[in-house]
Amino acid sequence: MTALLTILILLGITIAIWQMVKIFDLTQTNRDTSQVANDKDNSINGYLMLGFLGFIYLITIISFVLWGDLPLVSNSASEHGPEIDRLMIISMAVIFAVQTITQFLLHYFAYKYKGEKGKKALFYADNDKLEFIWTIIPVIVLAGLIMYGLFTWNDIMIIDEEEDPLVIELYAQQFNWKARYAGQDNVLGEANVRLINLDNANILGLDESDPNAQDDIITTELHLPVGRPILFKMRSQDVLHSAYMPHFRAQMNCVPGMITQFAFTPTITTEEMRLNPEIYDKVSNINKIRNKKSKKLQAKGEEPLDRYEFDYLLLCNKICGKSHYNMQMKIIVETQDDYNSWLKEQRLFKNSLVQN
Amino acid sequence: MSAHAEIHTHEDNHGHHHKETFVTKYIFSQDHKMIAKQYLITGLIMGIIGILMSLLMRMQIAWPEEPNVIFKALLGKWAEGGVMDADIYLALVTIHGTIMVFFVLTAGLSGTFSNLLIPLQIGARDMASGFLNMVSYWLFFLSSVLMVCSFFVEAGPAAAGWTIYPPLSALPMAQGGSGAGMTLWLVSMAIFIASSLLGSLNYVVTVINLRTKGMSMTRLPLTIWAFFITAVIGIISFPVLLSAALLLIMDRSFGTSFFLSDIFIQGEVLHYQGGSPVLFEHLFWFLGHPEVYIVLLPALGITSEVIATNARKPIFGYRAMVASIIAIAFLSTIVWGHHMFISGMNPFLGSVFTFTTLLIAIPSAVKAFNYITTLWKGNLQLNPAMLFSIGLVSTFITGGLTGIILGDSALDINVHDTYFVVAHFHLVMGISALYGLFAGVYHWFPKMFGRMLNKNLGYVHFWVTAVCAYGVFFPMHFIGMAGLPRRYYTNSNFPLFDDTQDVQVLITVFALVAGLVQLVFLYNFVHSMFYGKKTEQNPWRSNTLEWTAPVEHMHGNWPGKIPHVHRWAYDYSKPGHDDDFVPQNIPLKKGEEELQH
Repeated sequence: MTALLTILILLGITIAIWQMVKIFDLTQTNRDTSQVANDKDNSINGYLMLGFLGFIYLITIISFVLWGDLPLVSNSASEHGPEIDRLMIISMAVIFAVQTITQFLLHYFAYKYKGEKGKKALFYADNDKLEFIWTIIPVIVLAGLIMYGLFTWNDIMIIDEEEDPLVIELYAQQFNWKARYAGQDNVLGEANVRLINLDNANILGLDESDPNAQDDIITTELHLPVGRPILFKMRSQDVLHSAYMPHFRAQMNCVPGMITQFAFTPTITTEEMRLNPEIYDKVSNINKIRNKKSKKLQAKGEEPLDRYEFDYLLLCNKICGKSHYNMQMKIIVETQDDYNSWLKEQRLFKNSLVQN
Repeated sequence: MSAHAEIHTHEDNHGHHHKETFVTKYIFSQDHKMIAKQYLITGLIMGIIGILMSLLMRMQIAWPEEPNVIFKALLGKWAEGGVMDADIYLALVTIHGTIMVFFVLTAGLSGTFSNLLIPLQIGARDMASGFLNMVSYWLFFLSSVLMVCSFFVEAGPAAAGWTIYPPLSALPMAQGGSGAGMTLWLVSMAIFIASSLLGSLNYVVTVINLRTKGMSMTRLPLTIWAFFITAVIGIISFPVLLSAALLLIMDRSFGTSFFLSDIFIQGEVLHYQGGSPVLFEHLFWFLGHPEVYIVLLPALGITSEVIATNARKPIFGYRAMVASIIAIAFLSTIVWGHHMFISGMNPFLGSVFTFTTLLIAIPSAVKAFNYITTLWKGNLQLNPAMLFSIGLVSTFITGGLTGIILGDSALDINVHDTYFVVAHFHLVMGISALYGLFAGVYHWFPKMFGRMLNKNLGYVHFWVTAVCAYGVFFPMHFIGMAGLPRRYYTNSNFPLFDDTQDVQVLITVFALVAGLVQLVFLYNFVHSMFYGKKTEQNPWRSNTLEWTAPVEHMHGNWPGKIPHVHRWAYDYSKPGHDDDFVPQNIPLKKGEEELQH
């Protein structure tokens, strides 16, 4: 019944707008029957163009003032992070400059040269010099950005095996993440989804006969030692997922049937990050928002929201099905000692199997 | 060429005496002008559906917890108690994308204006093959119907995103929408591609063979150049999508393993072995990226024509404009990998695609600067079409610039698949192409229907839309850079993003207003079709040939002989002429020089 009512109301609104427009339309017809812009239209719309330029600038400024702290361009938690951030800020500066100038020219010309009866436009069809200038300037600017970008990209993507990275597997499935540590030998055991055996709890399909697999450790939380290069090997058992770790400026797809990889070195522990003044402010702001929401919920007799505490996160960032929106894993960066003692508490693969 | 034209005249003089029934005139018409109208109206209807879907999504994102009566009313069993189902959210994402990209901005835009303008502007009686043209439209119609029908499938419509990456799209057990819904999607798209190819072949053949006497390639209006090159890209890239769709159908229904390997789902190992989803991504984006330009180039072509006419000035840098269209078309086929930087492909390929991708910024910049220079010292007639064209240049710049970030593999790592991408492509291809479509409709409505659209309603339509478009997509960059992934049904499981929620609400409010103001356009469109002011033959005082044809449509476009062409299309405000326009069919005066192209 409410459904029908809503459709009727929506229909009503549509008709109302239609009728209002019609009335507006009818009041116009007597004054100006030509539907081609006249001097008055040109003048009004010329000024509106100028106003619109102001609007574009205004929305830019407002966005930066209100939401300027949202973008992840500082406080990255990985070694390569600041490099990406710097490149991002440089690119943004270039974009900002070009945007400001070109939008000005476009809208200002639209205002300045608004049509008047009897005026004649300048017959100006070509200028090779100008064309050359605005071909070559983007070429130079882009060449710079491309070079910078490629150096950064290669720096991030080319993995130096000699640094002795800690090898961790990120394992994706609908709709959760698991991490597999390589154990003492730092070599992951062979694995394939065909070897999955739920009866004896071999949930990631490790080769039970592989000696390298015996000391592997499977966890549902990702702990990383600070300052040590980490080499992630990604695997997915069902559909495409993407391992997105925004605070580390890291992302790689997980593809069924192949192993993908990404490496980075975490530089700031979770504890340190929580004490960072900017993060601290951000968190208290979020808690303010949550408190407000909680009050509303409590007034309705529902449970209030939990207090938010900062944590690094691994999110799924490739559409993967119904619960895609809630596929996450907590990441904890800690000192080597804390990491070692945490790891010691975890069960080795060979001990985790259920013997039938 | 002359003899050719004569023969045509001869044929068509006979053509008039054929009896036309309602069916041959309005339904199974082979007349390009009628087919253009059919494309436009079908495209608009699909557009209404697509926009409505986006509004449902925006309401869900802004107010995820609150039951919404509109959901309950429109989504039925997918929104029990007014709470939207997570699967249907993804289905809305998918079908909205598919409809807007293919059905509205490819068929609705290119189909309408290529059909209307190619014969009229090059001076041809009709398309090379009127029959194929008719078949093309009806295949498009059929695929539209199938796509809409998929919403009524028991397990829901396709919901794997418009990119339908397998295995999600291949396995019904991975997602409800990957069953019959996905089958319908694939069949609908296969038919759509057939329609698009028939159309494109027709456009290419027509432009190459049926130009009137004097209409050399260097005298073609930029609209025709854009439609021509668009058709060429379509012919190159659409078959690749068709092959990808066919292979996917094989994987789904016949047990092959083109895209699938090593899958364990819902407690069982599937037999697939040796395929790769990355292969699908390559095939998909080999169409998917050129598709962006298939959508955009016609809009830019329309803009070139509308800006020159209304600025009463020649388009600045005609040769550079043609060269940049060709350059963009060429580059568009070698940049697809920038959608796949983090797909697991070799990082070296990432470097190559970064290079080619950022190159495309150069011809794009040339186009933007040329538009701006065309306005300089013009005598701008700010008709609604002109406003939409200027608006297009504005959003093309704003959206295009952030492409510099997304095309840079190193930066893409952290903004890939976030709202930043959503903001970027909606501005640069969504809004821009939509503006191109609107500009075209306002400009050529008189040619299509013999009546004028109401300009004041046009102004209201443009200004509200323009403000809302920026209001929706500008703030979206910021929540994207905050790391918020797109395609999340709700963000409430991530307290991390709680401070982005007020931006989401603001965006939704702008989106709703933008949606409502489209009703003004619809009213204007439908009302003016029947009651609009009757048009003069050449209301915008334009140079191109379509305005030399009589207002009343007729088979063969011109009574008597086809006009011959003596000059390019942009002799606006040329010194030595009394009027500020000189149509292409006016011979050069004694001693008058034609610009050398």
